[in-house]
Amino acid sequence: MKKLVKLIPVMVFVFFASAFTNSASLDDGYDVGDIIEDFKLKNINGDFVSLADYKDAKGFIITFTCNTCPYAIAYEDRIIALDKKYASKGYPVIAINPNNPNTKPGDSFEAMQQRAKEKGFTFPYLVDEGQKVYPKFGATKTPHNYVVKKTKKGMVVKYIGAIDDSSRNPDAVQETYLEDAVDALIDGKEIKLKKTKAIGCSIKV
Amino acid sequence: MKLKLFLVILFLTFSCKDKTTSKVVANIETVEEKAVEPKIDLEVYDFEGFKKFLNKTDEKTYVINFWATWCGPCVKELPYFEKLNAEYKDKDVEVILVSLDFPHVYESKLKPFIQKKNLKSRVVVLDDDNENKWINEIDTSWSGSIPATILYNKNERKFFEKSFTYEELEQEVKQLK
Repeated sequence: MKKLVKLIPVMVFVFFASAFTNSASLDDGYDVGDIIEDFKLKNINGDFVSLADYKDAKGFIITFTCNTCPYAIAYEDRIIALDKKYASKGYPVIAINPNNPNTKPGDSFEAMQQRAKEKGFTFPYLVDEGQKVYPKFGATKTPHNYVVKKTKKGMVVKYIGAIDDSSRNPDAVQETYLEDAVDALIDGKEIKLKKTKAIGCSIKV
Repeated sequence: MKLKLFLVILFLTFSCKDKTTSKVVANIETVEEKAVEPKIDLEVYDFEGFKKFLNKTDEKTYVINFWATWCGPCVKELPYFEKLNAEYKDKDVEVILVSLDFPHVYESKLKPFIQKKNLKSRVVVLDDDNENKWINEIDTSWSGSIPATILYNKNERKFFEKSFTYEELEQEVKQLK
């Protein structure tokens, strides 16, 4: 009996510790080093896209973006440039619009089709219908970017954050965080900066 | 023939005169337009300059709200911050609205917005590209989405990456030690 009494604080601790870990991982979404779940989302042409469709990809640049956020718009040309540069090197761009179109009509499926056409997107622009995918990533805003690498275990998150250090002014960029991360992966080097931050628009639920 | 010439001259004179008059009128109009343009001097800071608003040690409670004219949820909650500022300014509470609008819209959007909404709280503008640096300095838990709000006094500091109702905002201010 004495032994059991001694065990109680331990049991309480384990219970709370596990409860805390669970809720933390649910709230925050993927961290660097986590393996992501594949998704199947509708592209603007009506086809469904999964990461598994890309047999030859070494990884992906996944960007949560939208039509309406000025920060997202400021990055459109740079996202197109990223796809041009890295798709052929095995890291294509996958863009996902996480916003609820009922809250933000400017982010409707039709508006996405129109925007992609206007800008000449060379990559899929997917709808997060029912808003089920972005919470898994822990995306909180547009734009919010992830670089993942294909491994034997699955797609591993290697970088989370901003594309560069000057969201509002592409001419003032000094640090190309995301490119540096992808370059490091291609060269088999350690990524120096695995997480960065930038201002963005909250995801509309 | 002479009459014809006279008429032509007369016509030219009048049309000339007409032109002058309308030019003058146009001038006056421009002057008037300028007179009604918003006379707002924006306080624009880089992060180094802005930091002073985050570290005041007087008796006041400071409510620092990060917003932008393009941010729907921010614009929606602005009236609550305005109300808080109005109702609590005699109780040592000061609201500071920190605009993150892009520099190219200061004149076209931000100034007209401040005037149209008749914002009474102090508006300052944070213009600093190195977001990766200053977001963490403001709060390490901030992912960078707005609206975001800091409440602080010399004893305590709280950070929120969320939208507020007036009741929630008032409660947080009251709860601050």
